[in-house]
Amino acid sequence: MSCLQTIQDYGLRAVGIGERLLPRDNFTLCEQFTLIGSGMIWNIYFGVVALVTGFFFATLLGVGKAQSSLWLRKPAEWFIFVFRGSPLFIQFFFGYFLFLTLKSQYDFFDPFTAAWLGALIVLFCNTAAYSGEIFYGALQSIPKGDVEAADAYGLTGWTRFKRVIWPTMLRLAWPAYTNEAIFLFHATTLVFFTGFPAWQQRGDALYYASYFADKTFNPFIPYPILAGYFILLTICVIAAFGAVNARLNRHLPQANRRKIRLRPNLIR
Amino acid sequence: MALYGSVVVVLVLLAITAPVALAFGFAGASAARAQFAPLRWLGKAYIAIVRGVPDIAFFLFFVIALDQGIEYLRHKALCPGWDMPIRQGNDFVVCQAAKMPLGNAPQWVHETYGFALAVLTFSIVFGAFAANVLFGAMRAVPHAQLETAAAYGMTRRQTYWRVLVPQMWVYALPGLSNLWMVLIKATPLLFLLGVEDIVYWARELGGSKTPRFTDYPHGDWRMWYFLGLLVFYLIFTRVSEKVLDRLMDRLTTGQATTGGEARRRAA
Repeated sequence: MSCLQTIQDYGLRAVGIGERLLPRDNFTLCEQFTLIGSGMIWNIYFGVVALVTGFFFATLLGVGKAQSSLWLRKPAEWFIFVFRGSPLFIQFFFGYFLFLTLKSQYDFFDPFTAAWLGALIVLFCNTAAYSGEIFYGALQSIPKGDVEAADAYGLTGWTRFKRVIWPTMLRLAWPAYTNEAIFLFHATTLVFFTGFPAWQQRGDALYYASYFADKTFNPFIPYPILAGYFILLTICVIAAFGAVNARLNRHLPQANRRKIRLRPNLIR
Repeated sequence: MALYGSVVVVLVLLAITAPVALAFGFAGASAARAQFAPLRWLGKAYIAIVRGVPDIAFFLFFVIALDQGIEYLRHKALCPGWDMPIRQGNDFVVCQAAKMPLGNAPQWVHETYGFALAVLTFSIVFGAFAANVLFGAMRAVPHAQLETAAAYGMTRRQTYWRVLVPQMWVYALPGLSNLWMVLIKATPLLFLLGVEDIVYWARELGGSKTPRFTDYPHGDWRMWYFLGLLVFYLIFTRVSEKVLDRLMDRLTTGQATTGGEARRRAA
Protein backbone atom coordinates (compact mmCIF):
# COMPACT_ATOMS: atom_id res chain seq x y z
CA MET A 1 0.00 0.00 0.00
CA SER A 2 1.51 3.28 -1.04
CA CYS A 3 1.89 6.15 1.33
CA LEU A 4 -0.57 8.30 -0.60
CA GLN A 5 -3.17 5.59 -0.19
CA THR A 6 -2.49 5.49 3.55
CA ILE A 7 -2.97 9.23 3.82
CA GLN A 8 -6.28 8.93 1.98
CA ASP A 9 -7.41 6.13 4.29
CA TYR A 10 -6.26 7.49 7.60
CA GLY A 11 -5.67 11.20 7.13
CA LEU A 12 -9.07 12.09 8.62
CA ARG A 13 -9.48 8.93 10.70
CA ALA A 14 -9.60 10.94 13.92
CA VAL A 15 -12.87 12.58 12.86
CA GLY A 16 -14.31 9.34 11.56
CA ILE A 17 -13.69 9.70 7.83
CA GLY A 18 -11.88 6.93 6.01
CA GLU A 19 -10.94 3.38 6.93
CA ARG A 20 -12.81 2.00 9.95
CA LEU A 21 -10.19 -0.40 11.26
CA LEU A 22 -6.91 0.86 12.57
CA PRO A 23 -3.86 -0.91 11.17
CA ARG A 24 -3.15 -4.00 13.26
CA ASP A 25 0.30 -5.21 12.33
CA ASN A 26 3.27 -4.46 10.10
CA PHE A 27 3.04 -0.82 10.93
CA THR A 28 4.80 1.38 8.44
CA LEU A 29 6.37 4.68 9.30
CA CYS A 30 3.88 6.34 6.97
CA GLU A 31 0.91 4.91 8.88
CA GLN A 32 2.28 6.18 12.16
CA PHE A 33 2.90 9.65 10.76
CA THR A 34 -0.55 9.83 9.19
CA LEU A 35 -2.56 8.56 12.14
CA ILE A 36 -0.77 10.61 14.76
CA GLY A 37 -1.07 13.61 12.48
CA SER A 38 -4.78 13.02 12.06
CA GLY A 39 -5.08 12.86 15.84
CA MET A 40 -3.60 16.34 15.97
CA ILE A 41 -6.94 17.57 14.57
CA TRP A 42 -8.44 16.99 18.00
CA ASN A 43 -5.59 18.68 19.82
CA ILE A 44 -5.91 21.73 17.61
CA TYR A 45 -9.70 21.76 17.93
CA PHE A 46 -9.62 21.59 21.74
CA GLY A 47 -6.83 24.12 21.99
CA VAL A 48 -8.22 26.71 19.58
CA VAL A 49 -11.84 26.61 20.74
CA ALA A 50 -10.91 26.64 24.44
CA LEU A 51 -8.49 29.51 23.89
CA VAL A 52 -10.87 31.68 21.91
CA THR A 53 -13.86 31.21 24.19
CA GLY A 54 -11.71 31.18 27.32
CA PHE A 55 -10.16 34.49 26.40
CA PHE A 56 -13.40 36.42 26.96
CA PHE A 57 -14.22 34.68 30.21
CA ALA A 58 -10.62 35.22 31.37
CA THR A 59 -10.94 38.95 30.76
CA LEU A 60 -14.09 38.96 32.86
CA LEU A 61 -12.37 36.99 35.62
CA GLY A 62 -9.29 39.21 35.59
CA VAL A 63 -11.34 42.38 35.76
CA GLY A 64 -13.62 40.81 38.36
CA LYS A 65 -10.73 39.86 40.60
CA ALA A 66 -9.40 43.41 40.44
CA GLN A 67 -12.71 44.92 41.63
CA SER A 68 -13.09 46.26 45.13
CA SER A 69 -16.68 45.01 45.45
CA LEU A 70 -16.72 41.76 47.42
CA TRP A 71 -19.60 40.33 45.40
CA LEU A 72 -17.58 40.53 42.20
CA ARG A 73 -14.18 39.74 43.63
CA LYS A 74 -14.86 36.65 45.72
CA PRO A 75 -16.47 34.52 42.99
CA ALA A 76 -13.65 35.36 40.57
CA GLU A 77 -11.02 34.61 43.21
CA TRP A 78 -12.60 31.30 44.10
CA PHE A 79 -13.05 30.23 40.50
CA ILE A 80 -9.41 30.95 39.79
CA PHE A 81 -8.26 29.23 42.98
CA VAL A 82 -10.26 26.08 42.37
CA PHE A 83 -9.09 25.59 38.80
CA ARG A 84 -5.49 26.60 39.40
CA GLY A 85 -5.12 24.76 42.68
CA SER A 86 -6.19 21.32 41.56
CA PRO A 87 -4.73 19.05 38.91
CA LEU A 88 -6.28 19.27 35.46
CA PHE A 89 -6.26 15.49 35.40
CA ILE A 90 -8.61 15.31 38.39
CA GLN A 91 -10.73 18.08 36.87
CA PHE A 92 -11.23 15.98 33.75
CA PHE A 93 -12.25 12.95 35.79
CA PHE A 94 -14.56 14.96 37.99
CA GLY A 95 -16.11 16.71 35.01
CA TYR A 96 -16.71 13.44 33.21
CA PHE A 97 -18.37 11.72 36.14
CA LEU A 98 -20.34 14.85 36.96
CA PHE A 99 -21.77 14.89 33.44
CA LEU A 100 -22.33 11.14 33.61
CA THR A 101 -24.38 11.54 36.78
CA LEU A 102 -26.32 14.46 35.34
CA LYS A 103 -26.95 12.49 32.18
CA SER A 104 -28.70 9.74 34.07
CA GLN A 105 -31.07 12.37 35.47
CA TYR A 106 -31.64 14.63 32.49
CA ASP A 107 -31.38 13.76 28.82
CA PHE A 108 -30.18 17.27 28.10
CA PHE A 109 -26.68 16.37 29.27
CA ASP A 110 -26.29 13.59 26.74
CA PRO A 111 -23.65 15.29 24.54
CA PHE A 112 -21.70 16.49 27.58
CA THR A 113 -20.22 13.07 28.25
CA ALA A 114 -18.61 13.04 24.80
CA ALA A 115 -15.12 14.43 24.63
CA TRP A 116 -15.88 17.11 22.06
CA LEU A 117 -18.12 19.01 24.45
CA GLY A 118 -17.41 17.78 27.97
CA ALA A 119 -13.63 17.96 27.78
CA LEU A 120 -13.93 21.27 26.02
CA ILE A 121 -15.87 22.73 28.93
CA VAL A 122 -13.25 21.57 31.43
CA LEU A 123 -10.44 22.96 29.27
CA PHE A 124 -12.38 26.20 28.85
CA CYS A 125 -12.76 26.69 32.60
CA ASN A 126 -9.15 25.72 33.18
CA THR A 127 -7.62 28.08 30.65
CA ALA A 128 -9.99 30.87 31.71
CA ALA A 129 -8.75 30.53 35.29
CA TYR A 130 -5.07 30.51 34.35
CA SER A 131 -5.38 33.40 31.88
CA GLY A 132 -7.64 35.27 34.29
CA GLU A 133 -4.82 35.24 36.81
CA ILE A 134 -2.40 36.47 34.14
CA PHE A 135 -4.77 39.28 33.16
CA TYR A 136 -5.28 40.19 36.80
CA GLY A 137 -1.52 40.49 37.26
CA ALA A 138 -1.30 42.66 34.15
CA LEU A 139 -4.13 44.89 35.40
CA GLN A 140 -2.19 45.43 38.60
CA SER A 141 0.92 46.52 36.71
CA ILE A 142 -0.67 49.04 34.34
CA PRO A 143 1.38 52.24 34.78
CA LYS A 144 -0.43 54.69 37.01
CA GLY A 145 0.37 57.52 34.57
CA ASP A 146 -1.62 55.85 31.77
CA VAL A 147 -4.79 55.73 33.83
CA GLU A 148 -4.27 59.27 35.11
CA ALA A 149 -3.77 60.51 31.55
CA ALA A 150 -7.05 58.84 30.55
CA ASP A 151 -8.78 60.54 33.46
CA ALA A 152 -7.28 63.87 32.44
CA TYR A 153 -8.74 63.46 28.96
CA GLY A 154 -12.13 62.96 30.53
CA LEU A 155 -12.43 59.30 29.59
CA THR A 156 -14.61 57.35 31.97
CA GLY A 157 -16.21 53.98 32.41
CA TRP A 158 -16.46 51.78 29.37
CA THR A 159 -14.56 54.13 27.03
CA ARG A 160 -11.65 54.33 29.42
CA PHE A 161 -11.58 50.55 29.74
CA LYS A 162 -11.82 49.95 26.00
CA ARG A 163 -9.34 52.59 24.88
CA VAL A 164 -6.70 52.56 27.62
CA ILE A 165 -6.94 49.84 30.24
CA TRP A 166 -7.79 46.83 28.11
CA PRO A 167 -5.13 47.35 25.39
CA THR A 168 -2.46 48.02 28.00
CA MET A 169 -3.52 44.98 29.98
CA LEU A 170 -3.30 42.81 26.87
CA ARG A 171 0.08 44.23 25.94
CA LEU A 172 1.51 43.55 29.38
CA ALA A 173 -0.05 40.12 29.65
CA TRP A 174 0.71 38.90 26.15
CA PRO A 175 4.10 37.20 26.68
CA ALA A 176 2.72 35.23 29.62
CA TYR A 177 -0.49 34.53 27.73
CA THR A 178 1.51 33.06 24.86
CA ASN A 179 3.05 30.55 27.22
CA GLU A 180 -0.38 29.78 28.59
CA ALA A 181 -1.60 29.06 25.06
CA ILE A 182 1.30 26.72 24.35
CA PHE A 183 0.72 24.73 27.50
CA LEU A 184 -2.97 24.61 26.90
CA PHE A 185 -2.22 22.80 23.66
CA HIS A 186 0.03 20.42 25.56
CA ALA A 187 -2.70 19.87 28.11
CA THR A 188 -5.13 18.76 25.41
CA THR A 189 -3.23 15.47 25.23
CA LEU A 190 -4.70 14.51 28.60
CA VAL A 191 -8.28 14.38 27.35
CA PHE A 192 -8.50 10.79 26.17
CA PHE A 193 -6.44 9.48 29.07
CA THR A 194 -9.06 10.48 31.57
CA GLY A 195 -12.62 9.33 31.67
CA PHE A 196 -13.61 10.63 28.27
CA PRO A 197 -13.93 7.69 25.90
CA ALA A 198 -12.49 7.78 22.41
CA TRP A 199 -15.60 6.78 20.55
CA GLN A 200 -14.86 4.42 17.62
CA GLN A 201 -11.16 4.94 18.29
CA ARG A 202 -11.33 8.55 17.25
CA GLY A 203 -8.66 9.89 19.52
CA ASP A 204 -6.10 12.62 19.68
CA ALA A 205 -2.43 12.42 18.73
CA LEU A 206 -1.27 10.94 22.01
CA TYR A 207 -4.05 8.37 21.89
CA TYR A 208 -2.74 7.04 18.57
CA ALA A 209 0.89 7.37 19.66
CA SER A 210 0.27 5.22 22.71
CA TYR A 211 -1.76 2.83 20.56
CA PHE A 212 1.30 2.27 18.39
CA ALA A 213 3.61 2.09 21.40
CA ASP A 214 1.36 -0.55 22.97
CA LYS A 215 1.17 -2.62 19.81
CA THR A 216 4.84 -2.47 18.86
CA PHE A 217 6.41 -2.29 22.34
CA ASN A 218 8.62 0.32 20.76
CA PRO A 219 8.21 3.82 22.16
CA PHE A 220 11.12 5.20 20.16
CA ILE A 221 9.13 5.82 16.97
CA PRO A 222 5.60 7.08 17.85
CA TYR A 223 6.58 9.39 20.71
CA PRO A 224 9.28 11.26 18.80
CA ILE A 225 6.78 11.66 15.94
CA LEU A 226 4.31 13.10 18.42
CA ALA A 227 7.00 15.35 19.82
CA GLY A 228 7.82 16.57 16.32
CA TYR A 229 4.19 17.43 15.63
CA PHE A 230 3.94 19.32 18.91
CA ILE A 231 7.11 21.27 18.25
CA LEU A 232 5.62 22.29 14.88
CA LEU A 233 2.39 23.31 16.61
CA THR A 234 4.32 25.28 19.21
CA ILE A 235 6.19 27.13 16.48
CA CYS A 236 2.88 28.01 14.77
CA VAL A 237 1.41 29.26 18.06
CA ILE A 238 4.47 31.39 18.72
CA ALA A 239 4.29 32.84 15.20
CA ALA A 240 0.60 33.72 15.51
CA PHE A 241 0.92 35.19 18.99
CA GLY A 242 4.10 37.00 17.98
CA ALA A 243 2.18 38.77 15.21
CA VAL A 244 -0.45 39.91 17.72
CA ASN A 245 2.29 40.96 20.09
CA ALA A 246 3.91 43.08 17.39
CA ARG A 247 0.57 44.77 16.76
CA LEU A 248 -0.07 45.44 20.45
CA ASN A 249 3.39 46.97 20.75
CA ARG A 250 3.36 48.94 17.52
CA HIS A 251 3.21 52.37 19.16
CA LEU A 252 6.28 51.76 21.32
CA PRO A 253 9.88 52.49 20.37
CA GLN A 254 11.76 49.38 19.33
CA ALA A 255 13.79 49.14 22.52
CA ASN A 256 10.80 49.15 24.87
CA ARG A 257 8.91 46.33 23.22
CA ARG A 258 8.23 43.31 25.30
CA LYS A 259 9.52 40.19 23.68
CA ILE A 260 7.89 36.83 23.98
CA ARG A 261 10.18 34.45 25.80
CA LEU A 262 9.31 30.82 25.81
CA ARG A 263 9.52 29.67 29.37
CA PRO A 264 9.60 26.01 30.10
CA ASN A 265 6.41 25.29 31.85
CA LEU A 266 4.81 22.41 33.20
CA ILE A 267 1.95 20.16 33.70
CA ARG A 268 -0.98 21.64 35.37
CA MET B 1 -8.76 1.09 53.15
CA ALA B 2 -6.97 0.93 49.82
CA LEU B 3 -7.80 4.56 49.18
CA TYR B 4 -5.99 5.63 52.33
CA GLY B 5 -3.06 3.45 51.35
CA SER B 6 -2.88 5.12 47.98
CA VAL B 7 -2.83 8.56 49.60
CA VAL B 8 0.28 7.35 51.42
CA VAL B 9 1.66 6.20 48.06
CA VAL B 10 1.21 9.71 46.69
CA LEU B 11 2.85 11.28 49.73
CA VAL B 12 5.77 8.85 49.54
CA LEU B 13 6.16 9.64 45.86
CA LEU B 14 6.34 13.36 46.67
CA ALA B 15 8.75 12.78 49.54
CA ILE B 16 11.14 10.74 47.38
CA THR B 17 10.78 12.63 44.12
CA ALA B 18 11.30 16.15 45.45
CA PRO B 19 14.86 15.64 46.78
CA VAL B 20 15.89 13.35 43.93
CA ALA B 21 14.60 15.79 41.32
CA LEU B 22 16.39 18.58 43.13
CA ALA B 23 19.62 16.57 43.02
CA PHE B 24 19.10 15.89 39.29
CA GLY B 25 18.41 19.55 38.75
CA PHE B 26 21.48 20.59 40.70
CA ALA B 27 23.66 18.22 38.71
CA GLY B 28 22.12 19.46 35.45
CA ALA B 29 22.58 23.11 36.32
CA SER B 30 26.15 22.52 37.45
CA ALA B 31 26.87 20.62 34.25
CA ALA B 32 25.41 23.44 32.17
CA ARG B 33 27.90 25.80 33.80
CA ALA B 34 30.88 23.49 33.43
CA GLN B 35 34.02 24.57 31.61
CA PHE B 36 34.45 21.21 29.95
CA ALA B 37 32.44 21.62 26.76
CA PRO B 38 30.82 18.16 26.30
CA LEU B 39 29.63 18.22 29.90
CA ARG B 40 28.18 21.67 29.33
CA TRP B 41 26.38 20.50 26.20
CA LEU B 42 24.99 17.56 28.13
CA GLY B 43 23.63 19.85 30.83
CA LYS B 44 22.14 22.28 28.32
CA ALA B 45 20.59 19.50 26.28
CA TYR B 46 19.04 18.02 29.42
CA ILE B 47 17.47 21.37 30.25
CA ALA B 48 16.34 22.02 26.69
CA ILE B 49 14.86 18.61 25.93
CA VAL B 50 11.73 18.99 28.01
CA ARG B 51 10.66 22.20 26.31
CA GLY B 52 8.18 22.07 23.49
CA VAL B 53 6.93 18.57 24.15
CA PRO B 54 3.91 17.65 26.27
CA ASP B 55 5.17 16.31 29.56
CA ILE B 56 2.71 13.49 29.65
CA ALA B 57 4.29 12.10 26.48
CA PHE B 58 7.54 12.05 28.40
CA PHE B 59 5.91 10.14 31.20
CA LEU B 60 4.60 7.51 28.85
CA PHE B 61 7.87 7.39 26.92
CA PHE B 62 10.33 7.16 29.79
CA VAL B 63 8.64 4.31 31.57
CA ILE B 64 8.77 1.99 28.57
CA ALA B 65 12.20 3.22 27.53
CA LEU B 66 13.67 2.74 30.99
CA ASP B 67 12.06 -0.64 31.38
CA GLN B 68 13.41 -1.86 28.07
CA GLY B 69 16.82 -0.32 28.68
CA ILE B 70 17.19 -2.14 31.98
CA GLU B 71 16.04 -5.43 30.49
CA TYR B 72 18.38 -4.97 27.54
CA LEU B 73 21.39 -4.43 29.81
CA ARG B 74 20.50 -7.41 32.00
CA HIS B 75 20.01 -9.47 28.89
CA LYS B 76 23.49 -8.60 27.66
CA ALA B 77 25.00 -9.41 31.02
CA LEU B 78 23.09 -12.56 31.96
CA CYS B 79 22.48 -14.37 28.68
CA PRO B 80 25.66 -14.24 26.61
CA GLY B 81 24.70 -17.28 24.57
CA TRP B 82 21.47 -15.81 23.16
CA ASP B 83 21.56 -15.77 19.38
CA MET B 84 18.12 -14.41 18.45
CA PRO B 85 17.69 -10.70 17.80
CA ILE B 86 16.03 -8.77 20.62
CA ARG B 87 13.73 -6.78 18.39
CA GLN B 88 11.72 -9.28 16.40
CA GLY B 89 9.50 -7.10 14.33
CA ASN B 90 6.99 -5.78 16.78
CA ASP B 91 8.17 -7.79 19.75
CA PHE B 92 10.75 -7.06 22.37
CA VAL B 93 12.20 -10.39 23.43
CA VAL B 94 14.76 -11.00 26.13
CA CYS B 95 15.69 -14.24 27.85
CA GLN B 96 13.76 -15.34 30.95
CA ALA B 97 16.57 -14.58 33.38
CA ALA B 98 16.73 -11.00 32.18
CA LYS B 99 13.08 -10.22 32.79
CA MET B 100 12.70 -7.37 35.21
CA PRO B 101 11.29 -8.15 37.68
CA LEU B 102 11.63 -11.91 37.37
CA GLY B 103 8.53 -13.66 36.15
CA ASN B 104 8.23 -15.73 39.32
CA ALA B 105 8.73 -12.80 41.70
CA PRO B 106 5.93 -12.12 44.19
CA GLN B 107 3.34 -9.48 43.52
CA TRP B 108 4.79 -6.82 45.80
CA VAL B 109 8.07 -6.87 43.87
CA HIS B 110 6.18 -6.05 40.68
CA GLU B 111 4.36 -3.21 42.38
CA THR B 112 7.49 -1.79 43.96
CA TYR B 113 9.35 -2.01 40.68
CA GLY B 114 6.58 -0.13 38.89
CA PHE B 115 6.57 2.47 41.62
CA ALA B 116 10.36 2.86 41.44
CA LEU B 117 10.17 3.35 37.68
CA ALA B 118 7.50 6.00 38.20
CA VAL B 119 9.63 7.80 40.78
CA LEU B 120 12.62 7.74 38.44
CA THR B 121 10.54 9.11 35.58
CA PHE B 122 9.14 11.90 37.72
CA SER B 123 12.63 12.71 38.94
CA ILE B 124 14.08 12.90 35.44
CA VAL B 125 11.33 15.15 34.11
CA PHE B 126 11.15 17.41 37.15
CA GLY B 127 14.93 17.37 37.44
CA ALA B 128 15.06 19.07 34.06
CA PHE B 129 12.65 21.78 35.24
CA ALA B 130 14.60 22.20 38.47
CA ALA B 131 17.85 22.40 36.51
CA ASN B 132 16.41 25.25 34.51
CA VAL B 133 15.35 27.11 37.66
CA LEU B 134 18.69 26.59 39.38
CA PHE B 135 20.63 27.56 36.27
CA GLY B 136 18.76 30.86 36.18
CA ALA B 137 19.26 31.33 39.93
CA MET B 138 23.01 30.81 39.59
CA ARG B 139 23.15 33.52 36.99
CA ALA B 140 21.07 35.84 39.18
CA VAL B 141 23.62 35.92 41.99
CA PRO B 142 25.24 39.38 41.73
CA HIS B 143 28.45 39.15 39.79
CA ALA B 144 30.22 41.41 42.29
CA GLN B 145 29.92 38.65 44.87
CA LEU B 146 31.84 36.26 42.65
CA GLU B 147 34.43 38.87 41.78
CA THR B 148 34.96 39.60 45.45
CA ALA B 149 35.48 35.90 46.06
CA ALA B 150 38.04 35.81 43.25
CA ALA B 151 39.75 38.88 44.70
CA TYR B 152 40.14 37.02 47.98
CA GLY B 153 42.06 34.38 46.09
CA MET B 154 39.41 31.65 46.09
CA THR B 155 39.65 29.06 43.36
CA ARG B 156 36.74 28.50 41.00
CA ARG B 157 35.65 25.48 42.98
CA GLN B 158 35.76 27.34 46.27
CA THR B 159 33.84 30.27 44.83
CA TYR B 160 31.22 27.91 43.53
CA TRP B 161 30.64 26.01 46.76
CA ARG B 162 31.17 28.77 49.31
CA VAL B 163 29.71 31.82 47.59
CA LEU B 164 27.52 30.92 44.66
CA VAL B 165 25.62 27.91 45.98
CA PRO B 166 24.64 29.36 49.39
CA GLN B 167 23.40 32.56 47.77
CA MET B 168 21.49 31.12 44.85
CA TRP B 169 18.70 29.51 46.91
CA VAL B 170 16.88 32.73 47.56
CA TYR B 171 16.73 33.39 43.81
CA ALA B 172 15.72 29.84 43.12
CA LEU B 173 12.98 29.62 45.72
CA PRO B 174 10.12 31.26 43.78
CA GLY B 175 10.79 28.95 40.84
CA LEU B 176 11.22 25.92 43.04
CA SER B 177 8.05 26.57 44.99
CA ASN B 178 6.20 26.89 41.71
CA LEU B 179 7.73 23.57 40.73
CA TRP B 180 6.59 21.99 43.98
CA MET B 181 3.02 23.07 43.26
CA VAL B 182 3.26 21.57 39.81
CA LEU B 183 4.72 18.38 41.24
CA ILE B 184 1.76 18.07 43.58
CA LYS B 185 -0.59 18.56 40.69
CA ALA B 186 1.31 16.04 38.57
CA THR B 187 0.87 13.16 41.02
CA PRO B 188 -2.42 11.94 39.50
CA LEU B 189 -0.38 11.06 36.41
CA LEU B 190 0.88 8.10 38.43
CA PHE B 191 -2.33 6.50 37.31
CA LEU B 192 -1.11 6.57 33.72
CA LEU B 193 2.08 4.84 34.74
CA GLY B 194 0.12 1.88 36.00
CA VAL B 195 0.57 2.49 39.71
CA GLU B 196 -2.55 1.85 41.76
CA ASP B 197 -2.86 5.37 43.10
CA ILE B 198 -5.76 7.44 44.36
CA VAL B 199 -7.24 7.95 40.91
CA TYR B 200 -7.32 4.19 40.38
CA TRP B 201 -8.98 3.52 43.72
CA ALA B 202 -11.41 6.38 43.36
CA ARG B 203 -12.58 4.80 40.11
CA GLU B 204 -12.69 1.31 41.57
CA LEU B 205 -14.42 2.12 44.83
CA GLY B 206 -16.73 4.73 43.38
CA GLY B 207 -18.22 2.48 40.70
CA SER B 208 -21.63 0.96 41.19
CA LYS B 209 -21.72 -1.89 43.65
CA THR B 210 -24.45 -4.46 43.70
CA PRO B 211 -25.49 -6.19 46.94
CA ARG B 212 -24.31 -9.51 45.54
CA PHE B 213 -20.63 -8.67 45.81
CA THR B 214 -20.38 -6.32 48.72
CA ASP B 215 -21.89 -5.50 52.07
CA TYR B 216 -22.22 -1.83 51.16
CA PRO B 217 -24.11 -1.53 47.90
CA HIS B 218 -24.32 1.91 46.37
CA GLY B 219 -24.83 3.60 43.03
CA ASP B 220 -22.27 5.41 40.95
CA TRP B 221 -20.39 7.50 43.48
CA ARG B 222 -17.35 8.22 41.37
CA MET B 223 -18.34 11.86 41.06
CA TRP B 224 -18.18 12.27 44.84
CA TYR B 225 -14.89 10.44 45.12
CA PHE B 226 -13.34 12.76 42.56
CA LEU B 227 -14.85 15.76 44.27
CA GLY B 228 -13.06 14.55 47.40
CA LEU B 229 -9.80 14.28 45.49
CA LEU B 230 -10.30 17.77 44.11
CA VAL B 231 -10.73 19.15 47.62
CA PHE B 232 -7.76 17.12 48.86
CA TYR B 233 -5.52 18.69 46.23
CA LEU B 234 -6.90 22.17 46.84
CA ILE B 235 -6.12 21.95 50.54
CA PHE B 236 -2.71 20.49 49.83
CA THR B 237 -1.70 23.30 47.46
CA ARG B 238 -3.13 25.93 49.80
CA VAL B 239 -1.10 24.69 52.75
CA SER B 240 2.07 24.43 50.66
CA GLU B 241 1.56 27.97 49.47
CA LYS B 242 1.40 29.27 53.03
CA VAL B 243 4.45 27.30 54.15
CA LEU B 244 6.52 28.40 51.16
CA ASP B 245 5.60 32.03 51.75
CA ARG B 246 6.92 31.70 55.29
CA LEU B 247 10.11 30.10 54.04
CA MET B 248 10.63 32.85 51.48
CA ASP B 249 10.26 35.43 54.24
CA ARG B 250 12.85 33.63 56.31
CA LEU B 251 15.31 33.33 53.44
CA THR B 252 15.09 36.89 52.13
CA THR B 253 16.13 38.28 55.50
CA GLY B 254 19.56 39.83 55.15
CA GLN B 255 19.85 39.33 51.39
CA ALA B 256 20.84 42.07 49.00
CA THR B 257 17.49 42.01 47.20
CA THR B 258 14.38 44.19 47.27
CA GLY B 259 12.67 41.56 49.41
CA GLY B 260 15.49 41.63 51.92
CA GLU B 261 15.51 45.41 51.91
CA ALA B 262 11.79 45.49 52.62
CA ARG B 263 12.30 43.10 55.55
CA ARG B 264 15.08 45.31 56.88
CA ARG B 265 12.90 48.41 56.65
CA ALA B 266 10.01 46.68 58.33
CA ALA B 267 12.14 45.49 61.23
